[in-house]
Amino acid sequence: MTAAAPASGAAEPAPPRRRRGHRIRTGRIGVHAFLLTVSLAFLAPLLLAVYASLRPYEETSEHGYFSLPRKLSFDYYQRAFSDSEMTKYFINTLLIAVPGVLITLFFASFTAFCVARLRVRGSLLLLMLFTAGNLLPQQVIVTPLYVLFNRIPLPYWMSDSMTMFDSYWAVLSVQIGFQIGFCVFVLANYMRTLPQEILEAAIVDGAGVWTQYLRITLPLCRPALAALGTLQFTWMYNDFLWALVFISDGDKLPVTSALNNLRGQFFTDYNLLAAGSVIVALPTLIVFLLLQRHFIAGLTLGAGKG
Amino acid sequence: MPLLRTPGGGPPDPRPKAPAARDAPGAARRTGARTRASARRRGPRRFTRRDLAVIGLLLGIPVLLDMVIVWGPTLASVLLSFTSWDGIGDISWVGLRNYENLFTAYPAFWPAARHNLLWLAFLGLVATPFGLLLAVLVDRGVRFSRFYQSTLYMPVVLSLAVVGFIAQLILSRDQGALNAVLGNTADPTDWLGDRDLNIWMILLAAAWRHTGYVMILYLAGLKAVDPSLKEAAAIDGASEAQTFFRIVFPTLRPVNVIVGVITVIEALRAFDIVYAVNKGRNGLELLSVLVTDNIVGEASRIGFGSAIAVVLLLFSLGFVVTFLVQEIRGESRR
Repeated sequence: MTAAAPASGAAEPAPPRRRRGHRIRTGRIGVHAFLLTVSLAFLAPLLLAVYASLRPYEETSEHGYFSLPRKLSFDYYQRAFSDSEMTKYFINTLLIAVPGVLITLFFASFTAFCVARLRVRGSLLLLMLFTAGNLLPQQVIVTPLYVLFNRIPLPYWMSDSMTMFDSYWAVLSVQIGFQIGFCVFVLANYMRTLPQEILEAAIVDGAGVWTQYLRITLPLCRPALAALGTLQFTWMYNDFLWALVFISDGDKLPVTSALNNLRGQFFTDYNLLAAGSVIVALPTLIVFLLLQRHFIAGLTLGAGKG
Repeated sequence: MPLLRTPGGGPPDPRPKAPAARDAPGAARRTGARTRASARRRGPRRFTRRDLAVIGLLLGIPVLLDMVIVWGPTLASVLLSFTSWDGIGDISWVGLRNYENLFTAYPAFWPAARHNLLWLAFLGLVATPFGLLLAVLVDRGVRFSRFYQSTLYMPVVLSLAVVGFIAQLILSRDQGALNAVLGNTADPTDWLGDRDLNIWMILLAAAWRHTGYVMILYLAGLKAVDPSLKEAAAIDGASEAQTFFRIVFPTLRPVNVIVGVITVIEALRAFDIVYAVNKGRNGLELLSVLVTDNIVGEASRIGFGSAIAVVLLLFSLGFVVTFLVQEIRGESRR
């Protein structure tokens, strides 16, 4: 285009760049408009739930959810906590999710350590077994487990139903057994990227397997463990199916499954349900906003490897 | 955000070494640590008795757990699907009769299977490409991209049950926000009650969550793409669309496989949303709901429920195997 073009290599791509710059600017506005619209559309349902939960039923039943407020209050939140004892269900959830995450991470990290660092015999098979197990639809295993748990007796101090069925042990063991697969997969991939020399140095110094795992490998995996911990907590917290199938006593339900209890037999106060949904969603949203980096890292660690 | 930038890569220091080791497998190991490496590779002598006890216990427990919780029941499901059993009485072998009944005499089966396939098609053809589009747009480094990211990811952390409840607020016939926005109060549409309509509404709700998930994965994949590839393509005069489809997209292959597997698994696992809305009835039947109904319900038809579960298993197996093959290939490259 310009006569000076052959003079320098950089001059050749320059004119298109300027033209593209103009296009990019108009394109940018379009991109922003699009992303903003989608973002607002994604936020709207949540905002609506919060809004509905603040309004009395009489008002929304008369004017619908999409109307101007006449009275806003936190009554429903109070009711959700006092009438439906949300606190109890929250404790139930924590009783499952906290030990669940810790035990899962412990066993998964040791398994990954054996597979990726020690390279014990049959590593590949083990890895495939764990990974594939996590990919099965839950419904494939739910029926035999239901039968199995009904047949495993537990002493009264462990379960007041005297069987594994209808106890936290059932949900906890399924959560752990099922989620270990995912964690092994992610952690094994992560541990492979650690320099092997560190381990070799430890072996020369006479460190046993336990020391190699606890003192040498685990500290290096802290970012991956933080990421998986965040992710697993959210998943176990959000679980709905396991508790629904394996727990029959309504008082033992975790908070997500207990949401159903806010529904009346003949009449459902949707505003109360909205308040319940917000309460249930709040901890995960807080975890997400505070630990977003870890949460996303947990998801992508398992996926984005070359 | 080191993790986001190098997904799958750990701390930054081992990075430069990785390509060299991959180009010439074994070469790096052979150089310095030949004797030690061969000693480590061979035989049980490298572990002391205490080491073996630690490994046996701490590797044994998770393996046992995986067998008891996942693989044993999977096998049991397959076996039980050939029997007739109510969970209490005798187990009698009935061959393929459960499957025969399932395909011919169980009215809920085909609608449920159709809904699962529809779920798969909708997530795969609408939600997943949409997530990819959003990831590409955000990846161009527009301003406020952090705000967009956080907002679009937000639904991913929500429980599907909560998504189901929120859907009811928007879509309920008499008070729902959607009817109010559309202004059809005289003849309100029953979005969740209408048998022909409700599955689509539920799919939208499911896509709301799935899109963010897909976007997270693709965004990480896009960030890992070598920018010099794009520059080279631009210098060669490739348009932006060409650069994306011919250069960037093919390098995203591993992410594509993961996203594909996740999409399939989500479609087959779909349960919580429909169960939260109306327990999976009246137009919202899904295979997963049928399995649950057959064991938790009064009927307790274990054998029959297992047959439905096996159908789900066969659906998923093809995709799981594809994923594993890619994994094994990646493994042998290491």
